[in-house]
Formats: sequence, C-alpha cells, structure tokens
Amino acid sequence: MSFLKKSPWILHYDGSSCNGCDIEVLACLTPLYDIERFGIINTGNPKHADVFLITGSVNEQNIPIIKRLYEQMPDPKVVVAVGICATSGGIFQECYNVKGGIDKVIPVDVYVPGCAARPEAIIDGVVQGLGVLEKKYAALKNKPSKTAA
Amino acid sequence: MGTRTIIPFGPQHPVLPEPIHLDLVLEDEKVVDALPSIGYVHRGLERLAEVKDYNELVYVAERICGICSFIHGQGYCQGVETLLNVEVPPRAKYLRTIWAELSRIHSHLLWLGLFADSFGFESLFMHCWRVREKIVDIIEETAGGRVIFGSCKVGGVRRDISNDTLKRIRGELAAIESQYNELKPTFLKDASVNRRTVGVGMLSREQAIALGAVGPTLRGSGVAQDMRKLGYAAYKELQWEPVVETAGDCYARTVVRVREVTMSFDIIRQAIEKIPAGPIAVKITGNPTGEFFSRLEQPRGEVVYYLKGNNTKNLERFRIRTPTFANSPPLVIMLKGCELPDVPVIVLTIDPCISCTER
Repeated sequence: MSFLKKSPWILHYDGSSCNGCDIEVLACLTPLYDIERFGIINTGNPKHADVFLITGSVNEQNIPIIKRLYEQMPDPKVVVAVGICATSGGIFQECYNVKGGIDKVIPVDVYVPGCAARPEAIIDGVVQGLGVLEKKYAALKNKPSKTAA
Repeated sequence: MGTRTIIPFGPQHPVLPEPIHLDLVLEDEKVVDALPSIGYVHRGLERLAEVKDYNELVYVAERICGICSFIHGQGYCQGVETLLNVEVPPRAKYLRTIWAELSRIHSHLLWLGLFADSFGFESLFMHCWRVREKIVDIIEETAGGRVIFGSCKVGGVRRDISNDTLKRIRGELAAIESQYNELKPTFLKDASVNRRTVGVGMLSREQAIALGAVGPTLRGSGVAQDMRKLGYAAYKELQWEPVVETAGDCYARTVVRVREVTMSFDIIRQAIEKIPAGPIAVKITGNPTGEFFSRLEQPRGEVVYYLKGNNTKNLERFRIRTPTFANSPPLVIMLKGCELPDVPVIVLTIDPCISCTER
C-alpha cells in the first residue's frame, strides 16, 4: 500500500443484489475490518470517488443510474464488481429481469467472487483495484494533454 | 403557504445501502407528500420456481434478502413441508429457532447501527457493528457462512450443532449481551438521540392497523402482534412475550427493537437449555401438492409465503409478501408533515429492506 499517494474513496451502489454483499461492504468499514485505517472511506458523492463498488446485477431500471454514476466519477477510476451477481448474475441468472453482470454496462477492472463475498475478499479486491488505479493514473499523466503545445 | 418544491431522495443515497427512490414534495422545510417509486432491485425470482425444483429453490429463497436470509429459507421450507405433510424432527426445530434468533440479533444490531448513522452518530454505528461481528462469528462457526446460512433444507436442517458447541455459544452470548447492554442506554436515554426520535414520525394505533403495518412498526404503535406466537419451530415451547410500545413514534420503534434483541438472547438461552437429542432431518419423498400460506416473523415483521404445488418437482406458484412492502403505506403517513432533515431517520425506522420488497 506504500505506493499510494492519496486516500482512495469509495462509491457503493447496490445494483440488484440481495443485500448480502452490501452488508459485507459496510462490514469492511466497521471496527473489525476497518478499511478507514488505509484512508478508504465510503462517500455518497460520485464526484468524490475513485473506486466504484457495485454489488448485484444489472436490469433495465438501474442501467441509466449505473452509467450516470460512472460518468460522474472523475478520471482515473476503477470499477470493482463485488459478488457473483455483479460478475455474472449468479443464482439469479435465469430471472427475467436480470441482464447479467456489471460488465454489460460499464468496464469492470476487478471481480470479487463469493456469495456473499467475504469482507476479506472485498478488501483484497479493492487493494487490487488500487493497483489498477495507480496504473491508470500514470497513463493519464504520461498522455500528452490536448491543450498543451 | 411556502413555495412547493419536489426533492428526489435516492435511488443512490448515502443513508441507504439499497436503492429506493422517494419524491418528496416540500413546502419550505416541511414534507407535505412522499411518493415512493421502486423497481431498482427487482429480479423476478418468484418465477425461478418454474426452472428450479422445490429443493433447489431453498437457495433462491435464502437469497431473497441477505439480512434475513435464514428466516426466508425457513419460511419457504416450512411451507413446502406442510404441502408434503412432513413433520420436522424436534432437534431441527430448535436449531432453526436458534439460527433464526441469531439472525434477528444480527439484523437488529445492523439496524441500530444504520439508524445511529442516520442521525449522524457515527461512533454509535461503529459500536453496534462491532458487537454484531461477534454474532456473525457464531453464525459463521455454526452455519458456515457469514450472511447466507445455507443450513435450512426441506425436511430439517443441513448441519447439527454439537451440545458442547451450544454450551460454549451460551457463554459467548452472555459476554456479547453484556457488551450490548453498554450500548442500550445511548439509544434509550441519551438526550441528543432522543431529540431526534421522540415525537418524530408518528403512527397511531388506528393508522397502523388500517394500513396493515407489521413487525416492530406495528408493535411500536401498541399492537401486540408477533407471528412467532403462531408457534412454528420451537417457539410454542419457549417462554416469551411480544415486545410492545405504545407511543408510535421513532423512539417507540427503536425501543421495540432494542428490547427484542434482549428477548432473542433469552430465547436462544432457553432453546439451548431445552434442545432435545435426535435426528436433524427426515427423508423427503414425493412432490408438493395443494396450496399453503406460510407466515413467519422476520426481524422486519410478518412475511407471508404463498406456495402452490401441482404434484410436480416445480412449484406452480411461489409468492412472497414481505414486511417492508406492508410497511410502505405507513411510511408515507409518517413522512407527511415531518421536516426534511428527519426524512432519513423516519425512512429507517421501518427498517426498509428493498431487496425483500422487490425480489
């Protein structure tokens, strides 16, 4: 974690999950797991966030919301799909209102397996996401800016 | 009369881990109307009964909601067992009771934490969840999962808890309860907390009955109705009384839940004392036939499963009426006339579980 220069903030959105992964995401923030010690906090504002944690699968009703939240987040940003529903639809794959994993709508960087995903797995997923974030940040810095020159 | 403004609340809102949308019609700071709109979490899992047989459907039922997962599985199993005319062994009934009450404690502690967060008391939120983690540890040790138990099956339960483990758990629960008792006075007596809850979000006894409120929302308005009194699982053999408060405000609903946690500790203790030896499951043959309403008390209130079998592996109809759905009309009444900063507090006092509601 020593390579991090800033505190990554998280935006959490529940796609159509059963709540199991959501309460595990919240459990990460509470004293036993306490990811706040790494400077990670859960923000409600997409414009403050670096990491987008999504639980649950996508459906017609929440596609525009997921897209809008993703677009509102500043670059560089990382998407972490938490739980099997966010990965593929999981047990609800055959439901008529489930379109599948989050990657049907926005690009996903890290997949966290599990039903429900354990807090340790979620933290591991976020830490991997931070590695991706750092790479994206470096790529953004090296890219020649359009206004310069 | 002030200017009317409509403020959208949700679907992504910091106070709610789940997406629900409310259009709040305001006159200055006063809420004059609230229009809920839902459908963000709808999956359509009732229809999975067409593709999954009645044994596989237990897994789906448990995932209706991750917070009350065990009780969903239990309600579904009890319904199918009635259709199959199967009597569950007594030890399985006691184990179901113990797991159901453990999940009630974890759900109520989770709620108390989120509720504290809704009025900005973040350290209280953290303390509630710290205590809750110990309950989750017991759940993980006995059932294997932290939030999804997977231990209920048609005909009984999947795993046993040895008597030695039960005895140790009783000791652990005593320690957890004393930690919980340290948190209780903050919810019940702290002046800054009471200023946010007393007299806020009123729901009279008559309104609660007329609008069909259930669970702590109903009991907070002075109606002693608790589905556990139907005597399913081992509840009829244990000593307990429904928790009732009469004020009908946010404070009363909080007190109901605070006292219910204590009661759940007591029910588990009694169940551990009385648990009989014997098998934990019976063999299941045949297919469900006929129809049945299975009613249970969830942490959030009464849940109803309607099951209809037509003597095939798949149920013909699987329908669920969840407590948050029943508590939504009372919520709209509670919100009318409140002030905008009180909206998160009032919304949380019905303990909304959107993934149950929309399935």
